[in-house]
Amino acid sequence: MLELLGISPIQLYGQLVLGLINGSFYALLSLGLAVIFGMLNVINFAHGALYMLGAFVAFFALDLLGLNYWAALVIVPLVLALVGVVIERTMLRRLYQLDHLYGLLLTFGIALMLEGVFRHYYGSSGIPYAPPPELVGPLNLGFMILPIYRGWVIAASLVLCLFTWYIIERTRLGALLRAATENPSLVQAFGINVPLMLTLTYAGGVALAGFAGVLAAPIYQVNPAMGSNLIIVVFAVVVVGGMGSIMGAIVTGYALGILEGLTKVFYPPASAIVIFVVMAVVLLVRPAGLFGREA
Amino acid sequence: MLDRAPLLKVADLQAWYGESHVLHGVDIEINEGETVTLLGRNGAGKTTTLRSIIGIVRKRTGTISLRGTDLLKLSPHRVATQGIGYVPEERGIFATLTVEENLMLPPQVAEGGMPVDEIYRLFPNLLERKTSPGTKLSGGEQQMLAMARILRTGARLILLDEPTEGLAPVIVQRIGEIIQTLKTTGFTVLLVEQNFRFASKLADRHYVMEDGKVVDHFTSGELDQKVDSLHKYLGV
Ligand SMILES: Nc1ncnc2c1ncn2[C@@H]1O[C@H](COP(=O)(O)OP(=O)(O)OP(=O)(O)O)[C@@H](O)[C@H]1O
Ligand SMILES: [Mg+2]
Repeated sequence: MLELLGISPIQLYGQLVLGLINGSFYALLSLGLAVIFGMLNVINFAHGALYMLGAFVAFFALDLLGLNYWAALVIVPLVLALVGVVIERTMLRRLYQLDHLYGLLLTFGIALMLEGVFRHYYGSSGIPYAPPPELVGPLNLGFMILPIYRGWVIAASLVLCLFTWYIIERTRLGALLRAATENPSLVQAFGINVPLMLTLTYAGGVALAGFAGVLAAPIYQVNPAMGSNLIIVVFAVVVVGGMGSIMGAIVTGYALGILEGLTKVFYPPASAIVIFVVMAVVLLVRPAGLFGREA
Repeated sequence: MLDRAPLLKVADLQAWYGESHVLHGVDIEINEGETVTLLGRNGAGKTTTLRSIIGIVRKRTGTISLRGTDLLKLSPHRVATQGIGYVPEERGIFATLTVEENLMLPPQVAEGGMPVDEIYRLFPNLLERKTSPGTKLSGGEQQMLAMARILRTGARLILLDEPTEGLAPVIVQRIGEIIQTLKTTGFTVLLVEQNFRFASKLADRHYVMEDGKVVDHFTSGELDQKVDSLHKYLGV
């Protein structure tokens, strides 16, 4: 069948894996965006720039402090969480009473500034970041050979996505988050410090973006433009999945990554736009998104 | 009867929603162990009074003190921890939480809250439905859940906003029994009600609100003399 279409299985599997890798980043980032939007009502346009910042912090940690990849995986999310706390406490917090648009404009401004600063010092070519030696080499899956690092990225993002889903959907902390998303003033009236939860939510979402940035560095290099290249697709993913849904963000992230990969195999010219076509169709047919609750 | 220092004292309370001035002077005192109702027509300001006490409405002047603690100074999440439980109008059950998660949501504010197994014994429906989404319960069950989750917290002062609204007579009766039980076990209850028949059987005293002010106050014993003016206040 595939042969009839002139497509080799190797090519198909290769694009599937690439799609899964891209999907891993779509899922990690759209998950953070969905959680932040749910709690803070802020469309965090800075998400891509913070992902880029995560990759740069990993590069600085290695370059200046000699901290390796594994250390970066732990430290970068913590540093980015701190950046998130500062952004939320000093700026975002002042905008909650206003229209969505103000949060979007503020975070868009933050994104432009971050990207501008890094572009000024590092230009627009990428800085290579070597994968850790433990993850270099081929992984033989029987039907195909996969670079170990790529397998690791897929596995790590899957685990992190499911872990985040578990926290939100199955723990007490998650119940507090969901309740505060629905009715913050009532949750507050029960004695919960909701402003603190908002800060931690933003910090958590940003930490996820930072983690994704470290994962991405060995694949895409460390590049000031890496965030803005990704964020538009990620917004499309969030629109398709539906703003309110955690599992929706995860599933849609991987699914659209794979769809994009398959499009590259079957009709390459459409691969750059297929996600946006899906987005347009979903907006027309189900404006709340595939997994979103109808308002 | 009012010679002891009251548990909750609200004096000359004024409150605003944005620019709109809604409460124009509310005076209420409740002693420990009393059940007191707040009566009044739609829009009189009953809900706003409760929301001002619990700290949801922030723009307030006057006095709200609980055992001498000034609640106006506290940040919103610190009010409940003084020992107040709030059962809001429309029940406030969370759709994205299961029945059990709804029940366990409010943190404990004092020792001596009702243990979970006792709650489930009192409200067997909640146990049966504990994994379904909170808002899949019937209106009556949601009201039970809204009350049960507050009983768990150990709060001894309960603010109840129209617990019988829109419910069938059997459920109303059941809620009456629960409030009666609360009363006999020493809870202090501030009950907002439109259903005056229901309220008069439970409460020790009644405050009447009109246009954001408390305009009358009487005990259940004085009820008979008050029937005519009550009809005027409540427009029934
Ligand atoms: N969120 C709000 N913003 C502006 N005005 C409000 C708001 N909520 C209530 N009001 C107004 O405040 C006044 C008092 O309302 P409140 O809800 O306290 O009345 P109520 O006595 O509880 O009435 P009901 O019996 O209908 O529940 C009303 O005129 C109402 O229109
Ligand atoms: Mg009301």
